[in-house]
Amino acid sequence: MMGRIALTFLVVMLIGGVRPAAAERLVVSLSNHRVAITSSFVGEDLVLFGTVEPDAGKTALRPVYDLVVTVTGPRETLRARRKQRVLGIWVNVDSREFVRVPSYLAILSNRPASKIAASDTLRRLQVGLDNFLLPQRIGPDLADTVREDPFRLAFIRLENQQNLYSEIGTAVTFLTPTVFRAAIPLPSNVPVGNFAIDVKLFADGALVARTNSALEVTKTGFEQYVADAARDNGLLYGLATMLMALLTGWVANVMFRRD
Amino acid sequence: MQIYLPIADMPVNIFLVLGMGLAVGYISGMFGIGGGFLMTPLLIFIGVTPAVAVASVASHIAASSFSGAINYWNRRALDLPLALMLLSAGILGTATGVWLFTELRALDQLDLMIGLSYVTLLTVVGAMMIYESLRAVVRARKGMPATLRRPGSHTWVHGLPIKVRFKRSKIYVSAIPVWGIGFLIGFVGAIMGIGGGFLLVPMLIYFLRVPTATVIGTSMVLTLVTMASATVMHAATNHLVDAVLALILMVGGVVGAQFGVRTGQKMRGERLRLLLGVLVFAVGLRFAYELVASPDDLFSIRHVGVE
Repeated sequence: MMGRIALTFLVVMLIGGVRPAAAERLVVSLSNHRVAITSSFVGEDLVLFGTVEPDAGKTALRPVYDLVVTVTGPRETLRARRKQRVLGIWVNVDSREFVRVPSYLAILSNRPASKIAASDTLRRLQVGLDNFLLPQRIGPDLADTVREDPFRLAFIRLENQQNLYSEIGTAVTFLTPTVFRAAIPLPSNVPVGNFAIDVKLFADGALVARTNSALEVTKTGFEQYVADAARDNGLLYGLATMLMALLTGWVANVMFRRD
Repeated sequence: MQIYLPIADMPVNIFLVLGMGLAVGYISGMFGIGGGFLMTPLLIFIGVTPAVAVASVASHIAASSFSGAINYWNRRALDLPLALMLLSAGILGTATGVWLFTELRALDQLDLMIGLSYVTLLTVVGAMMIYESLRAVVRARKGMPATLRRPGSHTWVHGLPIKVRFKRSKIYVSAIPVWGIGFLIGFVGAIMGIGGGFLLVPMLIYFLRVPTATVIGTSMVLTLVTMASATVMHAATNHLVDAVLALILMVGGVVGAQFGVRTGQKMRGERLRLLLGVLVFAVGLRFAYELVASPDDLFSIRHVGVE
């Protein structure tokens, strides 16, 4: 009985062409888990380091790995609008709502995603901007569209222009066959909140290990204070701004008085 | 030097914004206007969203008009009762404007509305100013006295009921056009992020025959109060006033205005009005071009909500 199971196992493995027990483990570490937006913030590059470890020390490591790091920012709902000429002027005529999509999305890999695995695998694992799930409100339903949908293409293009969505096929570097580093570019307009980092290890076009990490982007000090005040105490904040305006005007008047 | 704006959520070069404040302040001091119609488009141009630009410029104009109003108050060149009457309607206009601003923003048509208002107002007012000042220049060439105000000449405005006397301006007019003008300025200011000084001054002169001695001071009081209340209302309803951006702008603005006033006093009245007319008209054309010309990108994105 045992022998038959072992034999079946061996046969399956020979047919599948894979080596014994996919048992790699990913160990990753982020250079900084908390990014603070201060008054001089102009963006920051984070570095994710990691190694591929054999699990339990038994299995041999494979010679070549591929790595995909997906960083997603806090979810938000956005509306993409399309202009059309109406009576000679350009007016927003059509819009589509993208519901609970990442405000920041970076898909980083050591080589272009299309070369890492077959397209259906990539699609299932949401690797690449084309394959990432971006639900739109279409009538009463929420659904992602085909990747050629003009709104979807425009949405990704605009987010990409703002450096918020990116797919970089060279952002992950293998320093040795098992030690890697990934550069996560956070632009100056990076949204505030919790970011999820999903790390996927591929070998021979199949997912062999997966782990995750997280980072937080926060406004600190004065920026935090101003943003909170504007949101939570709008009226008081407005009155304070108004008083500041009056004070500035008065000071200027006193300073430049000519008599 | 870059500084991060906490509400606009973007870094800007502090010297660039300060320079914009100085330049616009200079022009505003020179012509006795708030300069919002220049500042708002400039901010939009450097990447601030139109909504934040309109809301933040309001406080900038409040600062520069307060600085100017003190000067006119000290010189007694300010008609407070007239200003207060304009204001009673102006506040209502501002509230209506802020409300419409919020509604249009929800309908994705705010940018269009701001653009259209700019085009119509600026080209019409600019063209009128150019026409009027060119006539004055021609009259001055021919050696005729350049009178703007013909005492005793009445229009239909003077036939309206509820008459009120304003002592300092030496006018006796109906309250209806006063309220109408006040409401319009408050409304337009809230929607477009402008103080409306360049609109108010000609309206007061042509419709109410307010003498030039008190017109600018009175206009500044009105601008001050409508813009101060627009700041508070925009902050309370839309949470879009960026205090850091506003502070940099107003510091540049009030300093620039002091130098502008000196240049303005050296220039002839009709020349000054011609120059302002050309400026207003040019900004209007710029907006018209933007509405008509094919945009670089037909698509745009707007934030609806954060989870």
